[in-house]
Amino acid sequence: MIGLEHYITVGAILFVLGVLGIALNRKNVIVILMSIELILLAVNINLVAFSAYLGDLTGQIFAMFVLTVAAGEAAIGLAILVLYFRNRGTIAVDQINQMKG
Amino acid sequence: MVEAIIFYMLAAVVLVSGTAVILSRNPVHSVLWLILAFFNSAGLFLLLGAEFLAMLLVIVYVGAVAVLFLFVVMMLDIDFASLRAGFVSYLPFGLILAGLLAGELIVAAGAAAVIGPPAGAPPTPVLTSMAGISNTEAIGALLYTRYVYVFQGAGMILLTAMIGAIVLTHRSRGGVKRQNIARQVARQPGEAVRITKPKVGEGVEL
Repeated sequence: MIGLEHYITVGAILFVLGVLGIALNRKNVIVILMSIELILLAVNINLVAFSAYLGDLTGQIFAMFVLTVAAGEAAIGLAILVLYFRNRGTIAVDQINQMKG
Repeated sequence: MVEAIIFYMLAAVVLVSGTAVILSRNPVHSVLWLILAFFNSAGLFLLLGAEFLAMLLVIVYVGAVAVLFLFVVMMLDIDFASLRAGFVSYLPFGLILAGLLAGELIVAAGAAAVIGPPAGAPPTPVLTSMAGISNTEAIGALLYTRYVYVFQGAGMILLTAMIGAIVLTHRSRGGVKRQNIARQVARQPGEAVRITKPKVGEGVEL
């Protein structure tokens, strides 16, 4: 069986990739949402790997709830995105602070 | 040996497609790379023996979330080129941030390896997928007993997400013909039917 640290390494690299995606595509909110999905996927890989190696199913159950939250977050995020696009005609979110007031 | 080859193949594709998600110019391509990453992580889950979660990943992420992304990306008419304007200027900061985070993770992993497992008795495994019980069966046995309230909470989260998405994006547009049930019910024969006796060859005046 492959060592646990291999899976942890994949999860860590994927997490860093997600954070890098948020930092790089600061205007394009669609890619930001996709980067968040990558981060959650990395967390899921870690959870499932630990669950498999400890012989404890709790990690897989928790990964399922992470999946639930990710689905809800994507739905709400994209709804807000559609609303923002309808009002502004663009999805550039670097000036979203102008919406305050 | 075969397992190692499969693992490295899947892991490499996951990382490459993850990189392509954040670097590709067209968000449609990003979504497609994301789908590839999800498929290959499902493969990783299969390798770990978590079949149920692997299938859930394919169904929920590829079947629902990624398609939702595709819908939104294709539905909105967005000028993607202008959104990439600050990409290069953000690059140094992003790389510093990513490097810091990666360094922290490596240090944490190294420290954990040096310290070793925490003292005291290891936590008792809740329920393992034993021989004879499949992974799905074991998850079900655990989910509907010990974690049943959390499961209900997950359902509430999904309900909230659904209501939120509908409330946010629903709008009443003008100029759309709608059924007015009260008017429809209150309609009398007198205002709907007219009895005339037209003469032959003259027709009816409407």
